[in-house]
Amino acid sequence: MASIAPPLAPRKARRAARRRRPPIIPLALLLVVLIVPALAADLIAPHDPYQSHLRNRLQPPAFWGGSWEFPLGTDRLGRCMLSRILHGAWYALSISMVGIAIGAALGSAMGLIAGYARGLTDVVLMRLADISFALPAVLLVLALGVAWGPSLQAVLIVVAFVLWAQFARQVRGEVLSLRERDFVARARVAGAGHLRILLRHILPNVFNTIVVMATLQIGVIIILEATLSFLGIGIPRPAPTWGLLIADGRQFITSAWWISFFPGLAILLVVLSINLLGDWLRDRLDPRLRQI
Amino acid sequence: MDPGLTPPRDQAALQLRAERLTRHFTFGGGLMARGAGTVRALSEVDFELTAGQTLAIVGESGCGKSTLARLVLNLDRPTAGRVLLNGEDIHAARGRALRRFRRQVQAVFQDPWASLNPRMRVRDLVAEPLDMQHRLPRSEREERVAQVLQRVGIDPARMHAYPHEFSGGQRQRIAIASALISDPKLIVLDEPVSALDVSIRSQVMNLFRDLQEERGIAFLLIAHDLATTAFLAHRIAVMYLGRIVELGPTEQMVAAPAHPYTRSLFGAALPAHPDAGPGAPPLSGEIPSPLAQPPGCAFHTRCPARIGPVCDTQRPVPTKVGAGWSVECHLHAGTEP
Repeated sequence: MASIAPPLAPRKARRAARRRRPPIIPLALLLVVLIVPALAADLIAPHDPYQSHLRNRLQPPAFWGGSWEFPLGTDRLGRCMLSRILHGAWYALSISMVGIAIGAALGSAMGLIAGYARGLTDVVLMRLADISFALPAVLLVLALGVAWGPSLQAVLIVVAFVLWAQFARQVRGEVLSLRERDFVARARVAGAGHLRILLRHILPNVFNTIVVMATLQIGVIIILEATLSFLGIGIPRPAPTWGLLIADGRQFITSAWWISFFPGLAILLVVLSINLLGDWLRDRLDPRLRQI
Repeated sequence: MDPGLTPPRDQAALQLRAERLTRHFTFGGGLMARGAGTVRALSEVDFELTAGQTLAIVGESGCGKSTLARLVLNLDRPTAGRVLLNGEDIHAARGRALRRFRRQVQAVFQDPWASLNPRMRVRDLVAEPLDMQHRLPRSEREERVAQVLQRVGIDPARMHAYPHEFSGGQRQRIAIASALISDPKLIVLDEPVSALDVSIRSQVMNLFRDLQEERGIAFLLIAHDLATTAFLAHRIAVMYLGRIVELGPTEQMVAAPAHPYTRSLFGAALPAHPDAGPGAPPLSGEIPSPLAQPPGCAFHTRCPARIGPVCDTQRPVPTKVGAGWSVECHLHAGTEP
């Protein structure tokens, strides 16, 4: 009776195998749209992104009746859209990376301390997190923008501010349960101090969570940065950030749609790819499936 | 080998002493709420333990065994009373004294899946008590790790692996190796075999026994099964609702338990031989909540041998019923020789 074996098992195994395989398409998209342009825009961009070609203003993309000199068309000053988008990738990547690094480091440290110390420290830190959840990011950046003018620092501060509380909460929750585990008691019996327990025993066990959260937040931050730039309170002009490119195209949306469309498409592809990648990473690092 | 022939240095000096050790947990005492509750997890517990001896603490779940273990390990502080290690109050120890305490007292926990950090290599887990004392050169450190791993029956070549690469029994051996590396005088064994397969329990229990003979280590064994206890312990302390109701030498106590609760507890275990008659009748009723302990003898609500009103109102005092054998029960009051 060969048919006794249920056909479910191999299908499940296949699904698990598929999950273990890295997602090729999102990775390739990320490379093409974000990472390579961010690192090598000067080499691959056909034009200087700041250079106006006044005779070629508002050129449509090549496949829409334009010329191959400006594959994705030009804006109202005749600047090459493809070059501008490629150069914008650097802003998207660097701001999200630096902002997330700051936010994750700060938030994880707060979460570790709150969850480990408990008591009053925990209460104070978590109320601070609640406050930062309640404050709209746009309001904060407006205030900073008014005080300092639009600047990179203001954007990074807002990004870190939006992120830290999420990291703090998540990390705190895991630390609360980890600190009661027997391996922490064993470490204390061995003579380990609080710092060693936090850094050698607890932090490595929440590290996966931090990495996955950071990955999933990249998309959020790229959108946040674009929003701030779109509103004119992000990175100052003439930097070709994707949000600014979209904002510049707004008044031509009916006549020269490509100015807003392609930066928007770049954001869409990047955020989608990052989220797919983050999902895969989360599955990969799930403690129940984990083989270390 | 006679363990008395080669006593490691100053080991004969080891003496652990609990004096009226008490731990109450209060809860619900917020700013507004006045009616806080108190759980009397441990009340006025006295015992002594010397080198080369094993004292078992047995009782049902919730009787305070684990609280006692945490206090002796200095993971928690007593509400009253104290624990003395060679005359020094362990909960008052700071700095160097605390480091000395940590070196002398180690622990093996129940679940070897939970007690080994999955993110550390076996080498670092085992060496941790050593690292906390002094920095050793790498080769010397690995040498020490290899020695203890060898001793507990783990291939030292695998010290660079992670805990998940080992079976449950092997993991418990790794935990034991770690407890041994600082050459401790006392190891608290918190249900050290109850998470293991029955087939490997006896191996691990034999290992404990051999280690004790070799090194004269004292064990404080927290257990709830009688087989482990009778095999390893020289003396047994039976706990009920945070009190030691009977403490005495293993053989005599197993043969003729004096306290009605001990009788029931031992009677509930399977006899060692199938032809042996049934033990004492099983207890009926629930353990009273440690929140609202009954007055008088804590056991009177379930006691099959209750004498009368004296049990309900008067707390029995410890009474000697033999050499190193005392019972808290009115049945034995006044029988003191």
